Amino acid sequence: MSTPAVKGGSPERSWPLWEVFVRGKRGLSHVHVGSLHAPDAGMALRNARDVYTRRQEGVSLWVVRSTDITASSPDERDSFFDPAADKVYRHPTFYDVPEDVEYL
Amino acid sequence: MNGNDFIDPDESLNAAESGGVEAAVEAASAAFAQRPDKDSSFEALLAADQRIEPRDEMPDAYRKTLIRQIAQHAHSEIIGMQPEGNWISRAPSLRRKAILMAKVQDEAGHGLYLYSAAETLGIDRAELLDMLHSGRQKYSSIFNYPTLTWADNGAIGWLVDGAAIMNQVPLCRCSYGPYARAMIRVCKEESFHQRQGFEILWTLMRGTQAQKDMAQDAVNRWWWPSLMMFGPPDTGEAAISGGHTEQSMAWGIKRFSNDALRQKFVDMTVPQAEKIGLTLPDPDLRWNEEISHWDFGAVDWTELQRVIRGDGPCNAERIQRRLGAHNEGAWVREAASAYAVKQIRLQREEYLA
Repeated sequence: MSTPAVKGGSPERSWPLWEVFVRGKRGLSHVHVGSLHAPDAGMALRNARDVYTRRQEGVSLWVVRSTDITASSPDERDSFFDPAADKVYRHPTFYDVPEDVEYL
Repeated sequence: MNGNDFIDPDESLNAAESGGVEAAVEAASAAFAQRPDKDSSFEALLAADQRIEPRDEMPDAYRKTLIRQIAQHAHSEIIGMQPEGNWISRAPSLRRKAILMAKVQDEAGHGLYLYSAAETLGIDRAELLDMLHSGRQKYSSIFNYPTLTWADNGAIGWLVDGAAIMNQVPLCRCSYGPYARAMIRVCKEESFHQRQGFEILWTLMRGTQAQKDMAQDAVNRWWWPSLMMFGPPDTGEAAISGGHTEQSMAWGIKRFSNDALRQKFVDMTVPQAEKIGLTLPDPDLRWNEEISHWDFGAVDWTELQRVIRGDGPCNAERIQRRLGAHNEGAWVREAASAYAVKQIRLQREEYLA
């Protein structure tokens, strides 16, 4: 097979990456569904509609520049989330109550 | 669509509201018992059948294997737009044309979900496209066969998409989170593709003799290439030594062997063919009472190797067409970029004014 080169030789620079969030229906939070490339926010929103909601999967869309998201690091996960780990009294199951009490 | 954090607004808020104290306590205990394990190493996550997420530590070979597989999958989706795209202007009715356009648009969407998943592994989509265009990465060999008649669109939907679904459903449980999530979306949409293909053939087989012949001819040409879509056999002469199957299984990327999936596809398809009234072009096809499976004839693996090497009927044409679309779209991409820059400048001027 001949291997024709792309015009210009090297790959062209990609547009910025945007993370897409969809609200599935009223009453639900926006949920992350994936990402896409677009030159600006307006195009990102239109492309997100075409890529992620072709079957009425959403009633509202958010697009956020991927570089604008600050994420916790998996490396420091243990120490980062540690303060929550030893407070079992925050869960209802921690408490001993008689079995015959209703609505508790 | 909704993740695990799905909260249905119609459900009662707490136990007092619903009276379901037992259920609430059970759910809370279960959530407590299942809180993330302390050990979040790659091996521990795999052993617990947990998903690996983008920023987790992972072996380099795992990352490379995933990039190669997801990219090849994405390339297959966008190259797969061509055989059917070829028939949009000649679809026999407005209904069929609208369906075909929606289907080809879906294939583009599937490509984008998958490129998006691949990019979470630290590679840029432009790089992947460049590798496709220069022949350094491949796409599924099935798309190197031509669509000669309208009936081919039926055979592709029914057989090719049917085989693809068989391959793809297990990938919804793949160990890499973004790939698994993309595949759930893909699989949901593929079932429309398969059914519309079945319907095309079903309709043709209830038409004139010429239409019946056309349907049968398409199935004759697409049956064997569809069986090849599951890849080379796992054992025997044609098996590929040093293949990826074993390692991919250990990593939870692959869940079933090529031959197991192929057998499943044959078992599913034979009764459907009987129902439509089509003959599958294999004289050795017969029900094996002992093992409760359909026996089928030998696949011509030299043909698969030939098409993979580049000697298929349409290999050069497909890449040329892809490159043409990419290069002819360059001015659109440039214009969109220029517009974005201009908007930023205008906003800045407005802010300063």
